[in-house]
Amino acid sequence: MHIPDGFIDAKTAAATALLSAAGVGLALRQARRTLPPRRVPLLGLAAAFLFATQMVNFPVAGGTSGHLVGGVLVAALLGPSAAIVVLTAVLIVQCFLFADGGVLALGANVFNMAIIGAAGGYAIYRLVCHWLPGTRGQVAAVAFAGWCSTLLASICCAGELAWSGTVAWPAAFTAMASVHMVIGIGEGLISALVFLAIRRMRPDLTGEINAPAPTRQWGELVCYGLLAALGITIFVAPFACPWPDGLESVAARLGFEHQAGHRVVRAPAPGYQVAGVRWAAGATAVAGAAGTLVVFGLALLLARSLVRETEEDNHPTRP
Amino acid sequence: MIDDWVGHLHRRWDSPVARLPATFKLGVGLVIIFGTVLAPPWAVGWFVSAALLLLITVALSRIPPLFLLKRLAWLSPLILGVALVNALQPAARGSWMLVAAKSTICLLTIIVVSNTTPFSRILRVLKAAHVPGLLITTLALMHRYLFVLVEEAERMRRARASRTFTHRRGARWQTLSTVVSQLFVRASERAERIYDAMCARGWK
Repeated sequence: MHIPDGFIDAKTAAATALLSAAGVGLALRQARRTLPPRRVPLLGLAAAFLFATQMVNFPVAGGTSGHLVGGVLVAALLGPSAAIVVLTAVLIVQCFLFADGGVLALGANVFNMAIIGAAGGYAIYRLVCHWLPGTRGQVAAVAFAGWCSTLLASICCAGELAWSGTVAWPAAFTAMASVHMVIGIGEGLISALVFLAIRRMRPDLTGEINAPAPTRQWGELVCYGLLAALGITIFVAPFACPWPDGLESVAARLGFEHQAGHRVVRAPAPGYQVAGVRWAAGATAVAGAAGTLVVFGLALLLARSLVRETEEDNHPTRP
Repeated sequence: MIDDWVGHLHRRWDSPVARLPATFKLGVGLVIIFGTVLAPPWAVGWFVSAALLLLITVALSRIPPLFLLKRLAWLSPLILGVALVNALQPAARGSWMLVAAKSTICLLTIIVVSNTTPFSRILRVLKAAHVPGLLITTLALMHRYLFVLVEEAERMRRARASRTFTHRRGARWQTLSTVVSQLFVRASERAERIYDAMCARGWK
């Protein structure tokens, strides 16, 4: 999903750079305020870990292999602000040292993978955790958020490419969304397996490191959510005419989830139907909502099969 | 071997290009990238001159051409993919050539700059440009331990491969995720030791 140089034009680069600078600035300020000095080296090591992990390939169906992006995993382990810093560092090193992802496209890549991928995914994770407490809930939440964040980031990426006029929106959206719907399953599965394994080995590491007072964290999340919603409004909404309520549901998922309460999964369906648009768009929407529900069910099943009943008592959840 | 695998040269050839100041190289690189991305389609002169400048720099920098080609091939699947998608769209037939040319020039620029400039120099330039300290620290530590962790992951992968004989898909996912989680635990333990070492040397 790394966008190379030449794929996005000046206005997209400028807009994404502004949004990313705001998000990363906020994340750095938050991390400096809340991160104990002891944990500062962990950011660098977590970034190196993520880079090394992306070199371990996982078998995917059909002989191909994929690798972890890890935004949600790092966010679940370190918290959203630290995760944004870590992913930004990974993207900068990949860009300047390995030419993976463009220099002018750095803003877009940071926006897609750090702000949408990590912070947006973290919002979904927290919401599901809030709803389903316990280790089981956490594992399901990591899996589901991993899938959602991959898909959202890819849709954003398609929107940016279309906004720049590189690829036509229908082609970009269809290609990116359909491929990442499958890739996202791998991402969610790996994230959940790794999260559970770390939890079994070192339960102390899975509690978030910079866990401040809940109110302040919600404020932080709302800020990231607003940034993400703004970006989606700019990049995706203009093309989503046959798909108008995607913005609504995504905004509800990302930004206003604490007000929306338990609507995280059920939100898309009513919105899509009220839209009353062309048949094809309706079919896409129904398929999207159904896919989301199916993946959520799969995440629940995965958590149920991985985490035994007795384990819940051994590892009390984070207070 | 790790160079090949990670795709970055660690052996540095002393060359006139490598001795240039990092700020200058980064500046020229950024100018080339900005110019190339922003150049209108009819500015063929700009593309040709940028490509020529890059080729001369490559010749002067003594980067092995084979390495360069391998890197380009490794990085171009997305470019080829988008070119393919666009080639199927009759409306956008001409533009994908332009996109491919622009991306190749930018890729080549970054590969040349990053393989002739040590990362610590790039960090120094970023620091002079007032990038926040926490991000610089993270980047510096990441770069320092990147290759250590990649090697560690490779060792763990080899150890796992020599011990597991099953070919069941589920088992492979399980063992791989155990390897990854072990890597994270080791990384965080290393981070603790690094913090102690940094404090012992008067950090902060």
